[in-house]
Amino acid sequence: MSDTPFVAVEGLHFARGDSEIFRGVEMTIPRGAITAIMGPSGTGKTTLLKLIGGQLTPDAGRVLIDGQDVHRQSRRALFAMRRRMGMLFQSGALFSDLSVFENVAFPLRVHTDLPEAMIRDLVLMKLEAVGLRGARALMPAELSGGMARRVALARAIALDPELILYDEPFVGQDPISMGVLVQLIKRLNQALGLTSIVVSHDIKETLTIADYVYVIADGEVMAHGTPAGLDVDQDPRVSQFVHGEPDGPVPFHYPATDFAADILGAGGAR
Amino acid sequence: MKRSKTMELGVGLFMLAGILGLVFLGLRVSGLTLQAPSDTFRLEASFANIGGLKPRARVTMAGVTVGRVADIELDREWYDARVVLELDESLEGQLSRDTTAAILTAGLLGEQYVGLTVGGDPETLSDGDAIRDTQSAVVLEELIQQFVSNMVSD
Amino acid sequence: MIQRIRRLGRAGCDLLEALGRAGVFLAQAGVGLPGREGWHLWLRQMHFVGVLSLAIVLVSGLFIGMVLALQGYTILVDFGAEEALGQMVALSLLRELAPVVAALLFAGRAGSALTAEIGLMKATEQLTSMEMIGVDPLRRVVAPRLWAGFVALPLLTVGFSVVGIYGGYLVGVDWLGVFEGSYWSNMQASVDFLDDIGNGMVKSLVFALVVTWIAVFQGYDLVPTSEGISRATTRTVVYSSLAVLGLDFVLTAVMFGGLA
Repeated sequence: MSDTPFVAVEGLHFARGDSEIFRGVEMTIPRGAITAIMGPSGTGKTTLLKLIGGQLTPDAGRVLIDGQDVHRQSRRALFAMRRRMGMLFQSGALFSDLSVFENVAFPLRVHTDLPEAMIRDLVLMKLEAVGLRGARALMPAELSGGMARRVALARAIALDPELILYDEPFVGQDPISMGVLVQLIKRLNQALGLTSIVVSHDIKETLTIADYVYVIADGEVMAHGTPAGLDVDQDPRVSQFVHGEPDGPVPFHYPATDFAADILGAGGAR
Repeated sequence: MKRSKTMELGVGLFMLAGILGLVFLGLRVSGLTLQAPSDTFRLEASFANIGGLKPRARVTMAGVTVGRVADIELDREWYDARVVLELDESLEGQLSRDTTAAILTAGLLGEQYVGLTVGGDPETLSDGDAIRDTQSAVVLEELIQQFVSNMVSD
Repeated sequence: MIQRIRRLGRAGCDLLEALGRAGVFLAQAGVGLPGREGWHLWLRQMHFVGVLSLAIVLVSGLFIGMVLALQGYTILVDFGAEEALGQMVALSLLRELAPVVAALLFAGRAGSALTAEIGLMKATEQLTSMEMIGVDPLRRVVAPRLWAGFVALPLLTVGFSVVGIYGGYLVGVDWLGVFEGSYWSNMQASVDFLDDIGNGMVKSLVFALVVTWIAVFQGYDLVPTSEGISRATTRTVVYSSLAVLGLDFVLTAVMFGGLA
């Protein structure tokens, strides 16, 4: 079973207004592994996650999760499918009117009829896994950014999903909490046998945990392979991105007229 | 949990206060009585002119409110106004057949209402009967006109 | 010229589309509250939009009743008809002022807060994450607020009327010396339960639906940035006020204006 892809993205086209964001993206995401989707900011990585999660509908192409087309489901079936997915948002997106405990208990309460004692045990187990069992009574406003993200992770795994989508898990974290998150994602993936998709532009951290990497740019998959394979990729665009060079085929400058002409032209007009 | 208890209490009191307020409006402000509205009987009366009488106007006897005007319509045969009165049930079989109905005005400019005066006939009116002896509304303009024409002819 | 007409057409299409979205939104959110959990959510919102709006509504009602009595008295006394003060205060409150002013206050106090709250939940991805957990935010977040507003505003309107009538009583009877008996009896003789109180309540129910609907829809539909939230909050107050005043004219024409 493990060699059939869990998520398959086929010929995905998506446009927002006049700008085309995806022009035929193809991806297969293997079961039980951590797959990273990387690319410069503004290439629509979060949009891709939303397409996989069924929050946006593509203009063409389809997304299959475990063989089922996400965008051909009724609203009810889609919500049922989402119970098998967890998603970690960039901001954590904890419910601000519930405590840490209630946030993690939320998916359990809505989707199961478990007795209160069992919900308590499960929530404490999940909080223990992210190291925040002691913070259960706090409100989200009292947490630091890193802690909020860990609570959100505990909430995302509360229902023991088969697939977790991470949206920029490392953005804006100090080195310590970044290290904690990297460890957590890796450990959870191994311990629970999850399929993980990590969307990120933090190359170093992502490459250390990913089993397979897709790099997207200009609405297409620019390169894909194992972290080791990408590191030695000959394509200048890939190498610029992977090695973090400031200028190259992906230009540093926003498209503009010639600098000298711009400056002198403006001066000449006065 | 304690916070949610006080919240529940607050909302409960709020809703109770709202319902009590509605009851207050009904009883104190609109003078609604808690009697079932069904115990009434109807009489008809035709007037040559009803002036400004409106549906739901009071019907009184000796100044005491005994019912309301239920309906007003034009009689197509005689071209006068047919007024349906809804009276308290306890008066059924008590009003003599020669009871008169008059359209009166409360004060000089006040609302108009129907006043009933009992006669001496031993036979009584029952549901659906008509009051024959009626007195139309006094229309101020007609009164003035009469007064003026009397002055001229004098 | 053709450009202008086209722009007008586009504005019309945008308006229709927004109305359509708002209608679908209302239909989806209105379907209700699932179970015991929904009851608790509704209760919490009742507390927020109802109980916490009580103070401002009651104080405003008191002052409006007092002003009505004061203004009415100076006019009525010229005709020697100051006994009709109770009637005037009660009718203007029940038919007109209580539903309208309570709805306007409600839009400012509760409607704008609802918009900002839902908007902030949208901006911080709480609504999206709820969807990803497999919970419909329309039922979980929007429906309790919609129903709480729908129930709370008519109750607030009743409170407004009661306090206003007492305010009129304070000024008219205790201060200006209108005979107490005639204050109440004139009121009772002229106020009809169904025609005046009932129609006022119908107005209030309509306003409650419209104001809460506008508030939650603006929150749910806004652009999730801080500028978007502030704009949507302003829009809630402006649109609700216009809708309340406009609908008030239509409802008054139908109920009391003989347009049946």
